[in-house]
Amino acid sequence: MLNAEFLAMILLIVYVGAVAVLFLFVVMMLDINTNQLRQNFLNYLPLGLFIGCVIFFEFILIIKKSKILPSAFKEQQVSQSEIMSNTYLLGNILYTDYFLLFQLSGIILLIAMVGAILLTLRKREGVKKQNIYKQIFRE
Amino acid sequence: MEIPITYYLYLSITIFTIGLIGVFLNRKNLIILLMSIELIFLSSSINFVAFSNLYQDLVGQVFVFFILTITAAEAAVGLAIILIFFRIKDSIHIDDINFLKE
Repeated sequence: MLNAEFLAMILLIVYVGAVAVLFLFVVMMLDINTNQLRQNFLNYLPLGLFIGCVIFFEFILIIKKSKILPSAFKEQQVSQSEIMSNTYLLGNILYTDYFLLFQLSGIILLIAMVGAILLTLRKREGVKKQNIYKQIFRE
Repeated sequence: MEIPITYYLYLSITIFTIGLIGVFLNRKNLIILLMSIELIFLSSSINFVAFSNLYQDLVGQVFVFFILTITAAEAAVGLAIILIFFRIKDSIHIDDINFLKE
């Protein structure tokens, strides 16, 4: 499991619960003609496959040739990670050393949320809406 | 038995190449382009976690955490942009994005 149980669960929740549902909603909302999208697919197939193969085999060559050194502190650290869970250790780092970055990522998420709402918001004519100011000061 | 790190790297490369071929082959659909970019992000995350385990250093996992945040934000904003693009042009073809040329 690569000692990353927390990340495994978070990835599952975020990708299945948030990103996949977001994509599904957008695909549902857009009425796309799929036949049009398939055009020119075969034109780009040779070039795409060629570039893909070149990069793939290049990477494999690099991995085969390179030597990955094992960690020097492995035995000492393994005993520590056996005592405490992965989530505990991750929180220990995330809320101390990387606290500012953690907060910054929260701000980025907030900005993304505000931006997404602002982009997709539109005022439509002829829709009855609640005007709270008027409602309160009604005679 | 412990799995050697090279296998994780091969998996990561395979996912990266799938994402890259997705970007190259698909000249029409913006949503598939976004999905391919997500795949590339994920392949880099696999690398980070694999090396984090190899060197017993949790910083790699923290980095994946931040990558995840950025990916989620990017997907949300990207899909919102696709949505308003569809509202204006009534299509999501990449060829139709030429406002600046006109």
